[in-house]
Amino acid sequence: MTAPSRAQAAPAQPGAAPDLLYSEPEDDLRAAVRSLLTDRGGPAAVLADLESGRTHDTGLWRALAADMGTAGLLVPEKLGGQGASAREAAVVLEELGRSVAPVPYLTSAVLAVTALLGCETDRPEVAAPLAALAEGHSVGVLAVPLPTAPGTLPEPAVRADADGALSGEVTGVADAAAADVLLVPADGPYGYALYAVDANANGVRTAPGTPLDLTRTPARVTLDRAAGRLLAGQDTARAAVTGALLAGAGLLASEQLGIAEWCLAETVRHTAQRTQFGRPVGSFQALKHRMAALWLEVASARAAARNAADALATGSPDARVAVAVAQAYCAPVAVRAAEECIQLHGGIGMTWEHPAHLFLKRAKADEIALGTPGRHRAALAELADLQAP
Amino acid sequence: MTEEHPEAGSLDAEGLRRRTADLLAAHPPATTDPLAFLRARFDAGLAWVHFPPGLGGLDAPRALQVVVDTELEAAGAPDNNPRRIGIGLGMAAPTILRFGTDEQKKRFLRPLWTGEEVWCQLFSEPGAGSDLAALATRAVRDGDHWTVDGQKVWTSGAHQARWAILIARTDPELPKHRGITYFVCDLTDPGVDVRPLRQITGEAEFNEVFLTGVRIPDAHRLGEVGEGWKVAQTTLMNERVAIGGARMPREGGMIGVAAQAWRARPEARTHDLHQRLLGLWVEAEVARLTGERLRQQLAKGQPGPEGSGMKLAFARLAQQISGWEVEFLAEDGLAYDDWTLRRPEGVDFTGREAGYRYLRAKGNSIEGGTSEVLLNIVAERVLGLPPEPRTDKDVAWKDLPR
Repeated sequence: MTAPSRAQAAPAQPGAAPDLLYSEPEDDLRAAVRSLLTDRGGPAAVLADLESGRTHDTGLWRALAADMGTAGLLVPEKLGGQGASAREAAVVLEELGRSVAPVPYLTSAVLAVTALLGCETDRPEVAAPLAALAEGHSVGVLAVPLPTAPGTLPEPAVRADADGALSGEVTGVADAAAADVLLVPADGPYGYALYAVDANANGVRTAPGTPLDLTRTPARVTLDRAAGRLLAGQDTARAAVTGALLAGAGLLASEQLGIAEWCLAETVRHTAQRTQFGRPVGSFQALKHRMAALWLEVASARAAARNAADALATGSPDARVAVAVAQAYCAPVAVRAAEECIQLHGGIGMTWEHPAHLFLKRAKADEIALGTPGRHRAALAELADLQAP
Repeated sequence: MTEEHPEAGSLDAEGLRRRTADLLAAHPPATTDPLAFLRARFDAGLAWVHFPPGLGGLDAPRALQVVVDTELEAAGAPDNNPRRIGIGLGMAAPTILRFGTDEQKKRFLRPLWTGEEVWCQLFSEPGAGSDLAALATRAVRDGDHWTVDGQKVWTSGAHQARWAILIARTDPELPKHRGITYFVCDLTDPGVDVRPLRQITGEAEFNEVFLTGVRIPDAHRLGEVGEGWKVAQTTLMNERVAIGGARMPREGGMIGVAAQAWRARPEARTHDLHQRLLGLWVEAEVARLTGERLRQQLAKGQPGPEGSGMKLAFARLAQQISGWEVEFLAEDGLAYDDWTLRRPEGVDFTGREAGYRYLRAKGNSIEGGTSEVLLNIVAERVLGLPPEPRTDKDVAWKDLPR
């Protein structure tokens, strides 16, 4: 038999070993965020609040983003932020995932902030909205469809006139209804460019639909000669949007980790107490093996998510691989954890009154957000030199 | 060998580097017999630095071993071929250190580490696999000796070994966990019969070991009579620590073999195999990162429970990836390199050809704890789920159904 040739080039290796643990300040930040979320009632309060028809929790956002300062974690201090990194933002997202909190953290504090950081931050048109987002006084969203994967920048659906008036329609813009400012990629006199548009300006219409995930609502944004301020053009604009999508996808993995953690912990808690056939159902091997397998997946998701956060924080040349691996792995783990949570809860898991469905809906929407697992695997075919047939 | 090491315990990386340089200066590897070098290294306390002085160590942090190993490797020093003596290093040595008498430690540890004496493990039996505590090999006291009769199985290296760690039943009247005692067994005893156990790969890594009237001096008992199960826990725990130890590069294991095969054979690629390979590549990379995270926790002195799960992921991936590769090779996958009954010195899961790798990987979810038992361990010890009701815990071993 012919042995396959082993003379091929070795795959690209990550550089210095990533730090996959949590530092003490990161642990402290987690404790503070968790304490805030617990005080506000956790998933049960989110569920109760849904009936009010609000798409996001403005009180929680103020406490988390402005009072605690987490909206500015990715922003250097001289630009009005906290001067932390993707590692700390990832810890916040783990906790937000664990509580399915309806706040625009991923959209404003990660995607919009990273897009602005990719522009020339010494220009006042960029610095002013960046500082406002970093302080948590303003909510920004990047006007691209939520399913957009990094590396597949779509042609803009919006046209810019020479005077900066923007027209067009973007669908699936997450948290648009919460936004004060929209960051809009548009085609116009400068080619591909990124504009800032006030959400309440003339000619801006935001129409949230009925979402699968009740805690992160996508909306249709229609612009009809809305006034835009140019943030960046051409390659800078493309790089800014691509960088934002990469950071968003990488940190979404930490939110997915948080979702999976809550689902596993609740399932263990429930099955250890729920008695049928004269014993706790969690003592049956058919159930405990499923939870043990899920535990291993959650532990693995943590390593993948930390690796992506660390790669983004250190600007590692391995970041694209780390993000694609984290998304391809963590997205299905969150979905499976939520599905197992419902199944192993039995009947109560299928009711509206139990919060498990909030986690399933968020997990399923997150699987589509910023690139499905299949799109990230396809990206790895190039990045890891495993070419398609 | 009993040289004093007054600074031991306060050693840092620099101190170890200095001692390593002293060793290399006194015993230049190029002109020193390899065994003489290994003995000198042991006596200098640089064999396993976390062991006590006089027993091959310096009471230094275990994490600093890499400092010594790196310096010695760079100097071209011989190693003790750790793959050949893995059971001695990973299982027998920590157990002897923890439970052995001073005489036992002095007698056994040095030749164990240098590889002069190979060790094997006489634990599993035909009737005691996952339920190891049900073992039936009997040890009966006869003055200052014990007489042992029984059958052990899945003993790797027994045909090369000088010594074995052995657990045997010393009191059948007690419940199964309480009537077991732990011994060191001399494999040159005329009552020891080692027979190769041929496995599905065609070769015989393992043996069946028949024990008939084997005489073991009481001085070769490890721990108290009836405490063998507790002693064995140390052995088995160290087996798991050893698994999580080494650092791995990207594509370092079975996935690297599969990925290189994919790159080398564009004509064999199909869309289905491509999708599955990408999925396996992601899972292998995440398993690598999980191992790396575990290693970082250990280095900080905060071992996480992830170690219990790593073997589960490793076994599943090794099986899926090696199965993928045989399928990818198509017509070449129909061939097998060699069915000859061979007795390999060690085992290389990624060695030989695809058919061998596929068949050998079947053992990964059985040896060292089946995946089903490991899932129970994770569920009960990590997640704290309630145990299954047990009917065998308080019954005398002799009354258990067999």
